[in-house]
Amino acid sequence: MGEVAAVTRLLETTALSKTFGGLEAVRRVDFRLEKGEIRAIIGPNGAGKTTLVSMISGRIGPTSGRVLFKGRDITGLRAWDRVALGIVYTFQVTSIFKNLTVYENVALAAQRRLMKGALGRLTLPQHILAEAVNRALAQVGLADVGEQDAGSLPYGHQKLLEVAMALALRPEMLILDEPTQGLAPEEITALSLLIRALSRGVTILLIEHNMAVVLELATKVTVMDKGGLLAEGTPYEIETHPDVQKVYLGL
Amino acid sequence: MRRTRARAVWALHLAILLLLLGLQFVVPPFHQLMLARIMALAVYAIGYNVLLGYAGLMSLGHAMFFASGMYATGLTILHFGFGAGAAFGLGVLAGAIMATAIGLVTLRASGVSFLIVTMMFSQAFYLATLYFNEITMGDQGFIISGRLQPLVAGGREFAFSDPAVKYNLALVVFGLCLMLSVWLTRSPIGRVLVAVRENEERTRLLGYNTSSYKLLALIVSGSLAGASGSIYTLMFSYAGSSFASILFSIYPLLWALLGGTGTTLGPLLGTALMTYVVDIASGLTSSYLLVVGATLVILIMWFPAGVMGGIRARWVRWLP
Repeated sequence: MGEVAAVTRLLETTALSKTFGGLEAVRRVDFRLEKGEIRAIIGPNGAGKTTLVSMISGRIGPTSGRVLFKGRDITGLRAWDRVALGIVYTFQVTSIFKNLTVYENVALAAQRRLMKGALGRLTLPQHILAEAVNRALAQVGLADVGEQDAGSLPYGHQKLLEVAMALALRPEMLILDEPTQGLAPEEITALSLLIRALSRGVTILLIEHNMAVVLELATKVTVMDKGGLLAEGTPYEIETHPDVQKVYLGL
Repeated sequence: MRRTRARAVWALHLAILLLLLGLQFVVPPFHQLMLARIMALAVYAIGYNVLLGYAGLMSLGHAMFFASGMYATGLTILHFGFGAGAAFGLGVLAGAIMATAIGLVTLRASGVSFLIVTMMFSQAFYLATLYFNEITMGDQGFIISGRLQPLVAGGREFAFSDPAVKYNLALVVFGLCLMLSVWLTRSPIGRVLVAVRENEERTRLLGYNTSSYKLLALIVSGSLAGASGSIYTLMFSYAGSSFASILFSIYPLLWALLGGTGTTLGPLLGTALMTYVVDIASGLTSSYLLVVGATLVILIMWFPAGVMGGIRARWVRWLP
C-alpha cells in the first residue's frame, strides 16, 4: 500500500511555513498531491493559497519546511530549475509580455526545452519552434492571432495565452492561480473544458474562487484558512462539511 | 512568412554594409575619416545596446570596458611590440574579462542602483588610469604609431596611417559586430534577453536563469566595447585617460537612445547623427553641447523610441 502511494505521489510538502514580517501566511502545511488529480484549493482571501503555490513553484522560498516533487527534495531548487522538472505556474493577474506578439510569448516558453547546449541557444531552426508554438496556440484556440501584440488581446484571450505558454513548457504539474477570474460566463465554460482536456496528461493544481467551477472540475478539494489546511475531500464532502460552510461559505 | 522576413532582415543589413563599402569611393576624404570613426564607435554603441536595448540594463560605466580594450591594445603594442591582430584580440578579451568581473558584482543590482554602481566602478577605473600614470601616461596618453607594425595580407602591407586602411578596417569590425548583434538578437538567447527586459520574474517562471542571461548580455556588451576601444586605438594610434572618463560612458547611452534602443541599426544611426551634429555645431559655436542637447530634446520628443524605434513602430514592423 505504502509503495503504491509512493509511486503515484507527485507532490508533497511537509510542515511548510512562510512568515512575512510578523504574519504567518502559511503555517506548517502538509499537503499531498497524487498524479492525475485535478486538485482545487479554496479558501477566503488571505488564507495563504497563493503563498502556498508560490512556494511550490519556487517563486518564493519557505521560512521552514520542505517541498518534495516525485520523492525528490526540491526545497532549495530555484524557480527555473523547477520549470525544467515540469512544475509550471500561471499567474493570477495575467503576466504575459504585453509588448511582444502572441507568437513570441509562446515561443519563449516553447524554446526552453528545444534549445540544447550552447549552440542550440544561438541557432534553433525556425520551423521546429514554429511547430511547437502553433501546437500550443491551437490547443487553446488562439491559432489565428499569433501576430497580434499580446497586450491588444481581450482579457479572456490573455488568460488563454497564459495557458498556452504553460502548455508549451510541457508541464507535469500545472498550477493555475484563479484562471477564471475576470472571465465572462461563456469563457469560463470554455476554459473549464480546456482544463478538463488537459488533465488527461497533466496533474492540475487549481486555486479557484468560483465554486461552480471547483465542483465541476475538481477530483479533490483542499480548503485553506488562516494559513493552514482546514479540510480535504471530494467536492461533495467539502460542500457539506460544516467547518467549511462556516468559514468559507459564511454560513 | 517568417522565412521571408528573416531574408529581408539579413538583406537589409547586408545592403547597409555594401552601402558603407561603396561610400568610401564617393565621399571626400574628410567625410571618409568621419565615417570610419563613426563605424568604430558604432561598435561601442552596438555593444551598449545589447545591454540596454535587449536586457534592459542601463549602465553608466561602459567607458571602463571601452578603455580596457584601448589600453590592452595600446600598451601591448607600446611595450611588447604586439602585432595589430594579437593586440586587437587582447582588447576584446580585456573588455570581456572586465565585464565578467564587474557583472559578477554589480548584477545584484538593477535599475537605478545598477546605473550608480557601474558608474562608481568606472570612475574608480578612470582614477586608476590617472593614478598609474607611469604606465598609462594619464591624461596626456600615448601614441603607438612608431611601434605599430603594418598589417600584412596577401603579400601586401597595409599601413594604419592610410585612410583607406582605417576605413576598411573599421568597416570589417563594424560589419562583423553588426551581424553578430543581428544574429544574437534573433536567436533564442535574444528572445530571452527581451523577456528579461519586459518582465524578469515572469521569465524566471518560464524556466530561465535570468541572472546568467544578464551576465551574458553584459559580457557581450563589454567585449564589443573593448573591440571598439581597441580598433579606435589602432586607427588613431592613441590611447589616453579621457576615453575612460564619464563622458565616454554617457556617449554610447546617447547614441543608443538617439538611434533607438532595442533595434539593430539604431546604434549606427545614433552614432552617425550625433557625431555629425557635434561636428557641425562645433563649427558654428563654441557652446556646441547646447546644440547637442537641443537636438536630443527635439528628437526624443518626436521619436521617444529613437529614430529606428520610431520607424519600426510606425512603418516597418519587422525590423529587428
